[in-house]
Amino acid sequence: MFKIFEQIGRYCQLMGKVFARPEKPAIYGRRIMYEMEALGFNSIGLTAIISVFIGAVITLQMSINLESPFIPKYLIGYATRETMILEFSSTVVALILSGKVGSNIASEIGTMRITEQIDALEIMGVNSASYLILPKIVATVLFFPLLTLLSIVIGTIGGYVIAYATDIMIPAQYVEGLLYDFRPYSITYSLIKMAVFAFIITSVSAFCGYYAKGNSLEVGKASTRAVVASSIVIMIFNLILTQLLLT
Amino acid sequence: MIKGEHISKSFEGRTVLDDISVEFDTGKTNLIIGRSGSGKTVLLKTLVGLHSPDEGRIFYDDVCYTDLGFAERKDIRKDIGMIFQGGALLDSSTVVENVMLPLDLFTEQSEAEKRERVDFCLRRVRLEGADNLYPSELSGGMIKRVAIARAIVLNPRYLFCDEPNSGLDPQTSVVIDNLIQDITREYNITTIINTHDMNSVMEIGEKIVYIHEGRKWWEGSKDDILLSDNRELNDFVFASAMAKRAKQQITK
Repeated sequence: MFKIFEQIGRYCQLMGKVFARPEKPAIYGRRIMYEMEALGFNSIGLTAIISVFIGAVITLQMSINLESPFIPKYLIGYATRETMILEFSSTVVALILSGKVGSNIASEIGTMRITEQIDALEIMGVNSASYLILPKIVATVLFFPLLTLLSIVIGTIGGYVIAYATDIMIPAQYVEGLLYDFRPYSITYSLIKMAVFAFIITSVSAFCGYYAKGNSLEVGKASTRAVVASSIVIMIFNLILTQLLLT
Repeated sequence: MIKGEHISKSFEGRTVLDDISVEFDTGKTNLIIGRSGSGKTVLLKTLVGLHSPDEGRIFYDDVCYTDLGFAERKDIRKDIGMIFQGGALLDSSTVVENVMLPLDLFTEQSEAEKRERVDFCLRRVRLEGADNLYPSELSGGMIKRVAIARAIVLNPRYLFCDEPNSGLDPQTSVVIDNLIQDITREYNITTIINTHDMNSVMEIGEKIVYIHEGRKWWEGSKDDILLSDNRELNDFVFASAMAKRAKQQITK
């Protein structure tokens, strides 16, 4: 228990260093663009592929479970839309990204630590925590919500395609369901959640890598710790944010 | 001049440095030598500020470095260049980007001025035509040259080198040693080199400090080593049978 509080304290100290005043904002601008490409843009493919299949699967499952003459077919589209917006495109996509992006960040920073690249920055007088971590946080917090939007769009398209291809319902009914009782706030809720999750994935993973010690084996362990820790924190904050934003 | 007074450092109850007092001269190549695990890397990292000493004080010229806070140390750190054992180049940056990084962060120079300075430093270490290569595309000797170029790009007053020859062939090692010595003299830098390469000791050891079991055991120049009767030092420096015979012939 004491160790958990110690780790939280070290994490807070690191964040204090990360958000200290940057040496030269112009340098950070370039690094943010680089990280947006490395961490955000390069995750579009994975997000799109998973979303299209999940959208299709949700539609199929809904059609099986809502098979009743008393339940209108358009509710299948409605349920697909709500599932994608409220949970899949933010929380599940965040968990997937914590595996891809989180392990990438932890191993990159961990390798920099054990090969003395971070020491080299410190010797130069650079705030290494801010220089390395802040651009990643800004890049993911700005870009990951766009991945959520993309996931919602592609997931619902996946549902439409499977509805059309398998004849489980008339595509027009699916579209009717997509538009039924649409509340824009759900999108806002999803985007806020993803922005928070992006911060968690990046900061927790960077923390695990930044304090890596020893050899390449330790970098691997740091990478695993990053995925596990950020996934757990995401689930906790999912509960907190849902309670705060939806009730 | 860099001076350490009564420096002690322990890790988890194990004493690594024990009451070391030492002075390194400006314009000379100062060497810290010792067996693996003797504490020489910890001494170097303590002098440069990567470790805080448990006891003792460190002076950079007249300024007591150990008394300074993080922000105050920043000014001195801009005067420090360091060459790490593995080079410690940023993997995601090219040769030019690595060398230019300190200029990007700490100067207000234009792109053209920065590029001119980078080109000068790369020419100085005799590394041309590798501007856009990444560290993974460089040989060990080239990585060390880029590390030297990056270390001198801001005209440092203090240069630290942690085993600059490790992993290099003897010929390349001599080239790197001579390069560091030339730069030290040319810019009148206080250079401290951590090494256990005996070729380096005999080639550029203007002032040598021998560390044994965390304590300063001996101090002198490369000429003094040949005449020293310090048993531990002789065991370390003249470890091979051939080296022992050479020493016997010299002392005759």
